Amino acid sequence: MIINSSSVQIRKIKENTVQAILFGCAIFSVFVTAGIIGVLSFETFEFFREVSIIEFFTDTQWTPLFTQKHFGIAPLLCGTFLTSAIALIVAAPLGILTSVYLSEYASPRVRRVIKPILEILAGVPTVIYGYFALLFVTPLLQKVLPDLPGFNALSPGIVMGIMILPIISSLSEDAMYAVPQSLRNAAYALGSSKLQVSFKVVIPSAFSGITASFILAISRAIGETMLVAIAAGQMPNLTLNPMESVMTMTTFIVQVSLGDTQTGTIEYKTIFAVGTMLFLLTFGLNIIGHKLRKRFREVYA
Amino acid sequence: MSQNLNAGDVCLKVEKFNAWYDQFHALKDINMDIRKNKVTAMIGPSGCGKSTLIRCFNRMNDFIPTFRQTGKILFEGNDLSDRFIDPVEVRIKVGMVFQKQNPFPKSIADNVTYGPKIMGVRQKSRLDAIVEESLRNAALWDEVKDKLKSSALSLSGGQQQRLCIARALAMQPDVLLLDEPCSALDPIATSKIEELIIQLKEKYTILIVTHNMQQAARVSDHTAYLYLGELIEYDETTKIFTAPAQKATEDYITGRMG
Repeated sequence: MIINSSSVQIRKIKENTVQAILFGCAIFSVFVTAGIIGVLSFETFEFFREVSIIEFFTDTQWTPLFTQKHFGIAPLLCGTFLTSAIALIVAAPLGILTSVYLSEYASPRVRRVIKPILEILAGVPTVIYGYFALLFVTPLLQKVLPDLPGFNALSPGIVMGIMILPIISSLSEDAMYAVPQSLRNAAYALGSSKLQVSFKVVIPSAFSGITASFILAISRAIGETMLVAIAAGQMPNLTLNPMESVMTMTTFIVQVSLGDTQTGTIEYKTIFAVGTMLFLLTFGLNIIGHKLRKRFREVYA
Repeated sequence: MSQNLNAGDVCLKVEKFNAWYDQFHALKDINMDIRKNKVTAMIGPSGCGKSTLIRCFNRMNDFIPTFRQTGKILFEGNDLSDRFIDPVEVRIKVGMVFQKQNPFPKSIADNVTYGPKIMGVRQKSRLDAIVEESLRNAALWDEVKDKLKSSALSLSGGQQQRLCIARALAMQPDVLLLDEPCSALDPIATSKIEELIIQLKEKYTILIVTHNMQQAARVSDHTAYLYLGELIEYDETTKIFTAPAQKATEDYITGRMG
C-alpha cells in the first residue's frame, strides 16, 4: 500500500488542533481559579490597607455597614462555626451509623436502593433546605423551646446536618467497604459478633477515611450560604448559644452583595476580606480531607 | 480406607459429613477422627475440599450464602455444625490462622488483646500477662518485646503471621486451624512457623492445610489426602509418605498427579 503523504499531513494537523482545543479547555478552569484568587487577594490587600489586621482578628464587633464601623471578624467566624458544629453533631453519629448499616449489615439489594436515595438528599437545592428550616423546623422547635427566636443557629444547624449527611455516610461507607475482608475474617475467627466486628475492627480500620468524610462535610457546611442566610438571621453576634440569631461569613457576603454598596468603598472591600477567610478555611479543610482519604487508600492498596 | 489411628484421644470426630456450594458437591461422606495434641495435615490438589473442610471446624463457611452441609462434627459431645450452636462459641474454642497474614491495623499488643478484650478481660495486669504469654508461645516475644506499642503493620510478613498465631493463642483455644499458614512466606519464616507448630501441639490440637508436601511430612503426625471432595486416605504421616495404601495417594505424593 502506498502511503499518501498529504493525508498523513492533514491527519497530523487535525490531531494537533484537537489536542490544542482540549488543552485550552483544561487550562481555562485553572486560569479562572487563578483569576478568582488574584481578585480576592488584591481586594483583600486593599482592605487591609485601611483596616489593621490586628483589629480584624481581635475586635469583637462586626459593624462595617454602620456609621460606627468595627471590623472584627470574630462574630462571623463564631456564627459559621456554631452552625457548622451543630450540623456535625447531627450528621456525624447519624452518618456513621448509616454507613455501618450500609457497609456491614445491608444486603446488596437494600444498599442498591438506599444509597442513591441518600445521594438525592445532596441534590436538593439549598434554598429549599433554608425555607424548610425557617418555616418547618423552627416552628417545630419553638413548641419544645418557647423562647427560641424565629431566626436562630439551632434550626439551620440541624437542617444543615441533614444536608451534609449524604457526604458523611457516602464517603464513610466507601472507607468501611474498602476495609479488607481478611480483617473481618480475623475478627470473626476470634469469636467476635457482627456488632463487635463493625465497631472494633471496621470503624477503627476505616478511621482516616471517616475523619476525611467529617472534614469534607464541615468544609461544605462552612461554605453553605442560602440555608443560613434564610434561617439563621442577619445579626453578627459573638455567641456560642444556639438559641440566638447569628450571622455567618457567607450570610454577610450575601447581605452586602444584595445591598447598594458602591464599588471601591470599604464596605465593598469587606466582602473580599471575608471571602478570603472563607476560601482559606474551606481550602485548608479540603486539602486535609483529601490527604486523609489518600492515606487511607494507600494503607489498603 | 485404612484408619490405624488408635493412639491418643479423639478431639474432633467428623461423621458422614457432606458439603455443597449451590449444586457443587464439595465434600463427600467424610469420616475422620482427629486426635488430641497431634498435628493433622490435609493435603490434596487445589479444589479438593481441604480448605472447605478446615473452615467447617470453626463455622467460617457460614458467611457463604450458597453453602450447605449435612453430617456431624463432634467436639466434646456437641455437634459443631449444628445450626443451633452459636458460631461465636465455636470460634472461641477453635482458633484459626489464615493463608495471608491479616493483623489488625493496631499496635502489636492491641492485636493480641483483641480477643480477650471482647471476652470482657479489662484488668491491665491480666492483659499484659496475656500479651507476654501469647507472644512467647508464638516465638515472637524476643523480637517485639521492646515495641509492643508500635503498629503490627511494621512487622515483616513472617512476624505478622506469628502475631496472628499469638492473637489466636490469646483466646486459649482447644484447637488451632492453620489454613496454608506459610504460603505467603519465605523459607526462613516458614521454618520458624514449622518449629512453632511442633512446639504448640503439646498444648493444642492442630489442623493444617498445606500445598507443600514436605511441610506436611515435617510437621504433622497424621495426614489426610483429599481428592475431589473425598477423603482418599487418612493415616499416620510416616505411613502416608512411605507406604501409602492407595495408588492415588502415592501418585499425588510422588508428583505424578496434582
